[in-house]
Amino acid sequence: MKSVVQTLVSPTSIASRRAFMGRTGKLSAVAVAMLAGKDALAQGMGGDMAKDVSILNVALGLEHEAINAYQLGAGSGLLQKPVLDVAVRFQADHKAHRDALIATIQKMGGTPVMEKKLDDYAKALKADTLRNQGDVLDLAARLELGAINAYLGVIPAFGSKDLAKVAGRLAADETLHFTVLTNALGRPLPAGALSFGA
Amino acid sequence: MMKRSTLWIGCAAQLLLTLASAHAQTGSPAKGQMIFESRCVACHNLDTNRVGPALGTVVGRVAGKAPDYLYSPALGAAAHVWSRDKLLAWLTNPESLVPGQAMGYRVDMPEDRQDVVAYLASLPRKTTSK
Repeated sequence: MKSVVQTLVSPTSIASRRAFMGRTGKLSAVAVAMLAGKDALAQGMGGDMAKDVSILNVALGLEHEAINAYQLGAGSGLLQKPVLDVAVRFQADHKAHRDALIATIQKMGGTPVMEKKLDDYAKALKADTLRNQGDVLDLAARLELGAINAYLGVIPAFGSKDLAKVAGRLAADETLHFTVLTNALGRPLPAGALSFGA
Repeated sequence: MMKRSTLWIGCAAQLLLTLASAHAQTGSPAKGQMIFESRCVACHNLDTNRVGPALGTVVGRVAGKAPDYLYSPALGAAAHVWSRDKLLAWLTNPESLVPGQAMGYRVDMPEDRQDVVAYLASLPRKTTSK
């Protein structure tokens, strides 16, 4: 695992990561604008709007959970640098997702689901069973994989094509996270194509 | 010789049909576990409530009544018991079974639904606390 992690933070990798973070930072801002700024989104969705808000709130619940899972990992003392930095970086993505989803739900007239207490997430995710860095990464990988499949799975349920596209973009971010975590854990790539969202 | 081959092929086809039918009726708990752990686990655990309610004891439970879980008003008002058929209907189209519910996710393939339900039905009751 260590060599993989070291690869992640090689000088070249750091430079590319900075570039990447810069790009994703812009993407997040674009996503927020795309989600929250579309007045058309809040019009013309008719009876589907309540259902779409409901799906978005489930997604928001996933993002709250992911943010807190990474918080539990970061605060556990089990993650060493540079893995810790990567975890914090992924948590920032989930915070951007959260903000975009909250803005969208509010734009559509819905009430965003509230974040629970960190202790509640710790209990639900069985944080007390985490013993080492591998356990934390394994938990994160499982949550990211679940999120990928969840986002891909709800795409057909959206009444709005704009929201369906957003779900695809969120899934893409989660896929990036899952791939990096899988690599860090030394696990093989998925055996074949079309392994996500089946 | 020809008759024997034809008979053999007929028997093999019948066996395949029987196996397919048996799978359709029962599903594979092992495959269901794999599906659960790659898809359902996004929102569900077996023994703790997360974004979705704990599912370890869902088979035979009254809908919308998992302890300490805040359901949508629609599912909270439901009164059916989660039988195998109800779970299959739910995974096919939750909104059709309980209009106004909150789960936007479906399991598209009938075989996958059978497998997931078979897995949930196979769980020992002691694995779940909620």
